[in-house]
Amino acid sequence: MNPLEHEAIYILREVVAQFERPVLLFSGGKDSITLVRLAQKAFYPGRIPFPLLHIDTGHNFPETLAFRDRLAEELGLRLIVRHVQDAIDQGKVVEETGKYASRNALQTTTLLDTIAEFRFDACIGGARRDEEKSRAKERIFSVRDAFGQWGQRNQRPELFDLLNGEIEHGQNVRVFPISNWTELEVWKYIRQEKIALPSLYFAHQRPTFVRDGLLWAASDPIVYRSLEEAVENRWVRFRTVGDMTCTAAVLSRAETLDEVIAEIRQSRISERGARIDDKRSEAAMERRKEQGYF
Amino acid sequence: MKVLKIATAGSVDDGKSTLIGRLLHDTGSLAEDQLEAIRQSSERKGYDYLDFSLATDGLVAEREQGITIDVAHIYFSTQTTSYIIADTPGHVEYTRNMVTGASTSQAAIILIDARKGVVEQTYRHFFINGLLRVREVVVAINKMDLVDFDQEVFEGIKAAFEELTRKSPFPEQRITFLPISALQGDNVVHPSGRLPWYTGPTLLEHLESLDPAGFTETGPVRFPVQWVIRPKTADFPDFRGYAGKVYGGTLKAGDAVMLLPSGNCSKIRDIFFFDAPLEAATPGSSVTLTLEDDLQLSRGDMIVKLGEAPRAERELSATLCWMDHKPLKEGARFTLQHHAHKVLSRVTSIESRLSTDFSGGTSADGGLHLNEVGEVRLELAREVYTDPYREHRENGFFILIDPLTRHTAAVGFIS
Repeated sequence: MNPLEHEAIYILREVVAQFERPVLLFSGGKDSITLVRLAQKAFYPGRIPFPLLHIDTGHNFPETLAFRDRLAEELGLRLIVRHVQDAIDQGKVVEETGKYASRNALQTTTLLDTIAEFRFDACIGGARRDEEKSRAKERIFSVRDAFGQWGQRNQRPELFDLLNGEIEHGQNVRVFPISNWTELEVWKYIRQEKIALPSLYFAHQRPTFVRDGLLWAASDPIVYRSLEEAVENRWVRFRTVGDMTCTAAVLSRAETLDEVIAEIRQSRISERGARIDDKRSEAAMERRKEQGYF
Repeated sequence: MKVLKIATAGSVDDGKSTLIGRLLHDTGSLAEDQLEAIRQSSERKGYDYLDFSLATDGLVAEREQGITIDVAHIYFSTQTTSYIIADTPGHVEYTRNMVTGASTSQAAIILIDARKGVVEQTYRHFFINGLLRVREVVVAINKMDLVDFDQEVFEGIKAAFEELTRKSPFPEQRITFLPISALQGDNVVHPSGRLPWYTGPTLLEHLESLDPAGFTETGPVRFPVQWVIRPKTADFPDFRGYAGKVYGGTLKAGDAVMLLPSGNCSKIRDIFFFDAPLEAATPGSSVTLTLEDDLQLSRGDMIVKLGEAPRAERELSATLCWMDHKPLKEGARFTLQHHAHKVLSRVTSIESRLSTDFSGGTSADGGLHLNEVGEVRLELAREVYTDPYREHRENGFFILIDPLTRHTAAVGFIS
């Protein structure tokens, strides 16, 4: 028995029992794909009783989007997609410019608007506490106020396995069923369950360029690149899948799950070591979470 | 897979974050980029050593003040075990975090500064671990390098701590004493040549020897119904499954059961985990049960084995740990959550305030404040099905939710 799997199933069942309009925040990354698998198990032989929501920055890898659509169709799940581009067109957010321009932080506005549109009261996400130091302080049921903000000073204590999902009208809860999993445990679970993943996670050849010691996917004009930043075809894979502007690739020849797991075991670089969005400052994630980020 | 959850407790500056950083570093769990961030940050602060606490203090305010404010969860693994450490702050005002960390842990590490010995905080940490009945306690006597690795210092602190254990309400608790230096790495992961008089295991060796499966106290099975699964599909038109988690003991297909609150009896037809029927479900497993008879249960009901009924209570005596800034007053109303069951409740009396130094109870003067522990009596709107916490660690606790703020205001342990 895998205690982490049973814990995640318990949490998912608490969500549907305690909330009226839950939703699964689906990025097309391995963690949210794992959540879908856990939800299948939690409610079998019933269907997964909540829709998937994807906030599309417009800069996503085409492989991720194709995978997302196929998965939703195969499982007969309702998929809601909202676009950051719409918020830009409406003048709600302003596109970043310059070398590090990314829509990563802009997603927050679209997410909060979508939560309000559907009156979602619980948003299930695949964040894990081992990913990043401010996430290490997250609760399993993390209450956000009407502005979507995370109040780290005023978090509810979580005793034993009791989850307090009582919220006021307009508040919502972010739920993290795989809080206690590590990157390696997610991968071992994917292997055990034979879960399909987007091809980005496995070694492939891709045009990339080097900036600040990281390998950026060359994708004009989405990813800014100066003339000095020369593109080269390299064997790479992605360890995390955000969009093209916030995720760097790593050199890899790992083409199978076994090879990926062996590579992670030996890796001396952390999973988010190739996340451009975390490198902005020591507190980058904490600041974004306070604004209502995932 | 073996998963061991550990809570750490220590006073300010006992080196708790340093110990965790040391465990991460010496087990090779810190990646290059994390190590580099620690290196740079230590340098910026002007330290001539690596400040491993920077690996765990995740919030800006914590790094500014050099203290741990909130429970952080830290992960590392060895060949055999995945470890989850709940790093809980040691200040007086953060007792609620310590209780929280201990409630989800199977083992606890209490840190003592070898120069200071057993202090008031140590009493509190040990008291809380006793109150929550944490089975395994490791007393790590840290900063041995600053007392020249002196065996007498170690033995003196050990004797003082053992004095405390005589007052413990939980004599079955296993307590192990270890001399370490977290800063310099002695006896944490690697044995130390500077402790020739010490022949026991290192901290990690000791943790590796613990078997979390053996910690689950077996008792009568309690199965609170979390959710009813009714697919109403062509393949499963009449399926009615009860989703929930098994507490206390093992449930088997064919077991004769009683359903609460109705008192109806039935038998377990199938136990499902996903699409596979199981012969038996062990404690901690999240499964789906079907019954032989068409009886309608809903969330908050409980399935138990025939002849093993828990107590049905509308009045409870409990030890309460108060976690809200607003003090508890007699007569206050709350939502009481016991597993999946929520009932309205009223605190009818606060009998006493318990001192966390084992000196016993004093009058609570009708109130309990943040981080205080007291004995209370509660009246409930409906019956709940409970066991005393000391007999059944899985069915003897509840939380109180403030109906106005909706915050978790307290955790209670049923007497």
